[in-house]
Amino acid sequence: MSKLKDAIVTAFGADAREDAGQCPSSVPALIVPRERFAEAAKVLKKGYALLAAEWAADETPYGRGFGVFACYRKESEYLIIKTLAPQTDPTFPSLTKKFVPAYRFERQMKSLLGVVAIGHPDTRPWIKHEDWPEDAWPLRKSFDGSKPLPRVYGEYDWIRAEGEGVCEIPVGPVHAGIIEPGHFRFQAVGEDILNLEAKLGYVHKGIEKRFEALSWSDASRLAGRVSGDSTVAHCLAYCHAVEALTACRPPDRAQWLRALFLERERIANHLGDLGAICNDVAFAILFYHFMRLKEAVVRTNFALFGHRFLMDTIKPGGTLVDVDAAGVAAILGEADWLAEELERLVVIYDENPSVEDRVRDTGILSSEKARELGMVGFVARASGLNLDCRIHQPFPPYDRINVTIPVLVSGDVHARAWVRIEEIRDSLRIIREILKSLPDGEIFAPLSEPLPDTSGFGAVEGWRGEILYWLQAGPKGEINRCMVRDPSSLNWLGLEQCIHGNIVPAFPVCNKSFNQSYSGNDL
Amino acid sequence: MIRILKQIFHTGIVTEQLPPVTDPELMKIGVQLEKVIQERFRGSLAIRQVDAGSCNACELEIHAVNNPIYDCERFGVHFTASPRFADMLLVTGPVSQNMEIALRRTYTATPRPKLVVAVGDCGCTGGIFGKSYASLGGVDQVLPVDAYIPGCPPTPTALLQGILRAIGK
Ligand code: SF4
Repeated sequence: MSKLKDAIVTAFGADAREDAGQCPSSVPALIVPRERFAEAAKVLKKGYALLAAEWAADETPYGRGFGVFACYRKESEYLIIKTLAPQTDPTFPSLTKKFVPAYRFERQMKSLLGVVAIGHPDTRPWIKHEDWPEDAWPLRKSFDGSKPLPRVYGEYDWIRAEGEGVCEIPVGPVHAGIIEPGHFRFQAVGEDILNLEAKLGYVHKGIEKRFEALSWSDASRLAGRVSGDSTVAHCLAYCHAVEALTACRPPDRAQWLRALFLERERIANHLGDLGAICNDVAFAILFYHFMRLKEAVVRTNFALFGHRFLMDTIKPGGTLVDVDAAGVAAILGEADWLAEELERLVVIYDENPSVEDRVRDTGILSSEKARELGMVGFVARASGLNLDCRIHQPFPPYDRINVTIPVLVSGDVHARAWVRIEEIRDSLRIIREILKSLPDGEIFAPLSEPLPDTSGFGAVEGWRGEILYWLQAGPKGEINRCMVRDPSSLNWLGLEQCIHGNIVPAFPVCNKSFNQSYSGNDL
Repeated sequence: MIRILKQIFHTGIVTEQLPPVTDPELMKIGVQLEKVIQERFRGSLAIRQVDAGSCNACELEIHAVNNPIYDCERFGVHFTASPRFADMLLVTGPVSQNMEIALRRTYTATPRPKLVVAVGDCGCTGGIFGKSYASLGGVDQVLPVDAYIPGCPPTPTALLQGILRAIGK
C-alpha cells in the first residue's frame, strides 16, 4: 500500500498510468501527462512528501523522446513520477515553485540533456561551465562522449551586491587546503556575510555518460569512484539498483558483510570530519588524535579486506571479500579499543570552552529551512529531521538490525559534529551486532541479464546521507542511463543558506561541518 | 587541561618509521631524502596539492601523509596554501575539462623548479574515467610531469616514495 501513489491515482484518475518496468515494485512509478507533471508535485507536497531527485533520460533508442522523472519520498515510501517529452519539444513544467531542490536538478537537466523546465527562474548552466558550446548535451545519445570539447567564449552571471562598503570575496576553485575544487563567492560588509553563492562542476568527469559505455559488472567499479570517500555506499546503491533489475537476492552473509563495510566507512569518515572540524577551530590536538583513530580503522580495512577505503569489495550479487574468525576477532577488539579512545576525546571536545565558542550557534540551519531545502543525512538529523534510509527504507540486514539515529535541533556546527559522535557510537554497536549474528554461507549469487526497457532503483544511507541510483536498461540489455544522486546534490544548498549572519572566518568550519562531496555532486 | 595532558602522555609517540622498502632503488632515495631536501630546498620542500578532478580518495591519502603516523613534516615535506611558495605540484585526478584552466594557472604561479607529480591512476593515465569530453586523460596531457605515482588511490607510503622519486632525480 502506497499512500503517495494512492494520492496521485485519486487526483489523476485514468491520467496516471503505471510504469510496469520499474523495479523493485516496492518503489511504484506512475506516468502522467506532461502538462500535469507539476500538478503531481502539488498533490504530493500537500501530502507532505519531499522531492528526492529529478532527472531525465534520453529514450530515443525506444523511439520515445525524453523521459522526465521526479522521485518523491515520504517516510518509508518512494514514488517516481514520469512524463514524456518529445524530441522536437524537449520541455516540461518546472517544479521549482513547489520544491526548492528542483532548482539545481532542473538546471542540470537543461545543461547536460537539453531538456528544459518551463518556468524555471534561473537560466544559467549548472555543472556545464560557461565555456562549453551551448548545444553540447553530453547525456543525449547523439552526443559522442569520447571526443574532446571545444571551448567557446562565455561568462557566468554571478549574483551581485552593491552599495557602500560591500566587497566581494572570490574563493577557489583551488582552495588553501587539501580539498576538492569549487568556487565560492561571498558578498560581505566588513566581516559579515551578506550572501554566498557556490559554483560547482569543476570535477565533472562525465561519470553518468561513462556508465553508458560500461558493462553492468564493470560499472560497479565506477560507482565506487563517484565519490571516493563514500565508495562502499555508492557501490552498494548501484548494486541494489542492478539487483532490483535482475531480481537477484544476494546471500545473507554478503548482505551482512556489506553492512559491516558501510558502518566502517561511516566511522572512518566521521572520525576524519571530527578531526577536520577541530582543526578549523585551531584545536590541533584533537585533529591529530582523531586522525590517529581514523588511520587505525583504515589500516584494519587494508589488513582484512585488502583496501584502506574498501574500494571494490562489493559487486552486484554479493561481495568480493569475506571475513574469517580471526578477522572477526580483530574487528571486535578494535571496536572496544576505539570506543574507549573515542570517549576520552569526546570529553576533551565537550569540555573545551574555546572550541565551544566557535562551534555553537555557528552556521545554523533551522529545521524549517532544512525541510524546505530537502536536506538529507547527518545535516538533516542535526537540524531536527528524522531521516535515515536504514530506518525508513531498511535494506537488509537493517530490516533485522536495530539502528538508533540521533536527531538534534540546534542545526549549528556543534550539532553536525555531535550527530557524528553519536553515529560513531551507534555504528560500533551495529558492527558488534553484525558480527555476532553473521550468517554462514555463500557471499555471491549469480545475476541474470537485465531485460530491455526496465529500470531499477536503489537507495542506501551512506555516511553523508541518502544515495540514490536509478538505472535503465537499453534495447540490447546495456546501460541506457545511470542516474546518480549523491546527498551533496541536495545538501550543498544548505551550506549556502546556513551562512547568512555569520562572519567570513566562520566559513571554513561551517563548510567542514557539512563536508559535502564535490565529485559526487559534479559527476 | 589535565585531560589534555593525560591524553598526551597516555598516547605517547605514534609516528612510525616508513615500512621497509623492498625496492633497493627506492631505499636509496629514502636515505637521500633529507639530504636532497637539505641541499636543493634548504631543508624544506613545499608542496601545493591540486585536485584536478579526483574522486577525493586520493586526497584522503594525501591527508594521511600529514597525519601523526606518517608525519611527512619530519622529512622536511610540507603542504602550502599558495602555489607561489611551492616547489612541487601534487596533482590528482584525470584533469577535468573544467579544471584545466585553473591547473594551468596554478602551474604558471608556481616558481621554479615547478616539479609536477601525477598522483593516482587517474593522474597517471585518466584511470577509470579515461579520455572523454569532460576528462583530458591524465596530468601529462596538460603539464610536463616529473614523476608518476600510480594506485587507486596510492597508499601514503607510495605517495612519500613518489615524492622522494621526484626530487631525487
Ligand atoms: S586514482 Fe582512484 S582514488 Fe585517485 S582519484 Fe582516481 S579513482 Fe579516485
